[in-house]
Amino acid sequence: MSHILDFEKPIVNLKDKIAELKKITKDSEIDLTDEIAVMEERLADLENDIYGNLKPWERVQMARHPERPTSLDYIAEIFDDFIEFHGDRYYGDDEAIVAGIAYYKDNPVTIVGHQRGKNTKENLQRNFGMPHPEGYRKALRHMKLAEKFRRPIICFIDTKGADPGKESEERGQSEAIARNLLEMAGLTVPIICIVIGEGGSGGALALGVGDRIYMLENSTYSVISPEGAAALLWKDAGQAKRAAETMQITAYDLKKLDVIDGIIPEPKGGAHRDIKQQAIYIDEVLQKALEEMKEFSNEELLEKRWEKYKAIGAYTEKGN
Amino acid sequence: MLKFGKKRKYATIPGADSKADVPAGLMMKCDACHKIYYRKEMEKNLYVCPNCGHHHRLDAWGRIESLFDMDTFEEWDASMAPTNPLDFPDYEKKLEKDREKTGLNEGVVTGRGFIDRQAAAIAVMDARFRMGSMGSVIGEKIARAVERSRENNLPFIIFTASGGARMQEGVLSLMQMSKTSVAINRFSKAGGLMISVMTNPTTGGVSASFASLGDYNFAEPGALIGFAGRRIIEQTTREKLPDDFQTAEFLLKHGQLDKVVHRHDMKQLLATLLQMHQKGGMQK
Ligand SMILES: [Zn+2]
Repeated sequence: MSHILDFEKPIVNLKDKIAELKKITKDSEIDLTDEIAVMEERLADLENDIYGNLKPWERVQMARHPERPTSLDYIAEIFDDFIEFHGDRYYGDDEAIVAGIAYYKDNPVTIVGHQRGKNTKENLQRNFGMPHPEGYRKALRHMKLAEKFRRPIICFIDTKGADPGKESEERGQSEAIARNLLEMAGLTVPIICIVIGEGGSGGALALGVGDRIYMLENSTYSVISPEGAAALLWKDAGQAKRAAETMQITAYDLKKLDVIDGIIPEPKGGAHRDIKQQAIYIDEVLQKALEEMKEFSNEELLEKRWEKYKAIGAYTEKGN
Repeated sequence: MLKFGKKRKYATIPGADSKADVPAGLMMKCDACHKIYYRKEMEKNLYVCPNCGHHHRLDAWGRIESLFDMDTFEEWDASMAPTNPLDFPDYEKKLEKDREKTGLNEGVVTGRGFIDRQAAAIAVMDARFRMGSMGSVIGEKIARAVERSRENNLPFIIFTASGGARMQEGVLSLMQMSKTSVAINRFSKAGGLMISVMTNPTTGGVSASFASLGDYNFAEPGALIGFAGRRIIEQTTREKLPDDFQTAEFLLKHGQLDKVVHRHDMKQLLATLLQMHQKGGMQK
């Protein structure tokens, strides 16, 4: 049985009961078909009620779900013939970021994405999806190649943030992130960014400057983790739930703040319930976005990218 | 418009027990060597300790005064001010408090003027205002200053001082990193010269965006510069960090900076660099 989140327990309990009744009906003379039908109706209502009204903190848990699909899962579902490339050619290979090329509907594209693990062993190998400078430099190298060979770039964003470590600082974590922002700003091929899990701060943003930014329904994008925000604001990391609300980090919040272009729906109960269906939802949005951008000249593309970012922010010009 | 005549208030520099034994305003104690000086004397020395050379915080207008030829500075977007996009509790109150304390609408002053008779645009962050954290106004003012530099063929200089993100503006704060980067890309592609000078502290999102994007990146001696905070790194990795970790000198040693520059040498260095970039040596 898969990992159950607290708020899902009523659903699971009801499902167990239905299964029990079904077993009784099958194994004995007692026919409970009518009772089962009633309970299945109740289950549908309950699912709609719970999954249809997820609170910010519940979405955070969804975004962090250990079984949530990762970049490589979507790459396998949506693209053909993916070839992964390793290393930044300066220092090493950072497995917290994957990069490569593949076919998307018979056209080559470049794909880069944060890569978490799904168990402890994988997470240690991939540093929990928290990239080092060499990860960002690897990503940049492949984005530059995408520009040279005129391929669109697709970025999957899924990280708690950049690696907080001594060596990452020594090797220029700030510079690596800043360089990606600067270079992505000027690439003359379409860039589509999709937040699939957690979009944590500068570490997420370093794969996040693009022409279209989408978020999965239960993903988050924030300047600091809810725990970090709670520690700073109220000196209490335990107030993360409250911080998740105050900081406005859900896909719906970001759409309201005009930061993202759209929300990609998730199957009922989250992306991990049905990866194939989730891939179809992503595919639909991707296809449409690429189609729209096919018409743009290099100049138009860059001008529109500038217009897009210029518009983000809140200020008044009537100060003292 | 000239701004030099404006009366400025200096915040008391927070330091170990400085408030207890130093009369407010008149005297100032060095944060590093604890020697006591007349504030006037410190001000004249650009807040560099005459005894040990420690660089204390210099506010935005003090910085501008130290660099630009007398009466040549013209401020841009002075009236731009933050709003409260997330309806964050107490944000307006905090902004009002810092407005009163600093006389600024936000933690950055932008504009243009002459440095040793050469025109340049500048953005100077002021860490007294919300610790120089990056809100929408910081991003917008810097992006506009960079755009105007491009349109007017001006070199662009930035002095950073920032604790990182502006929590109260959430993801909008994060997006200012992208906004300024797109503006800098346009400027750079047009051949513009950008010089970044990181002052104490330059951390988080500011360090990981425009502060690191100069054609030349400098820092003041002793400045704290880094992406992740020291405490976070220690908590996460349990590593012992060297005493000079994330100082300007540490970054220089690790190849992350072009030069560490004493405040007294700054104007001369900038003037020389502006001169050297007046035209390319290979141009006809
Ligand atoms: Zn001293």
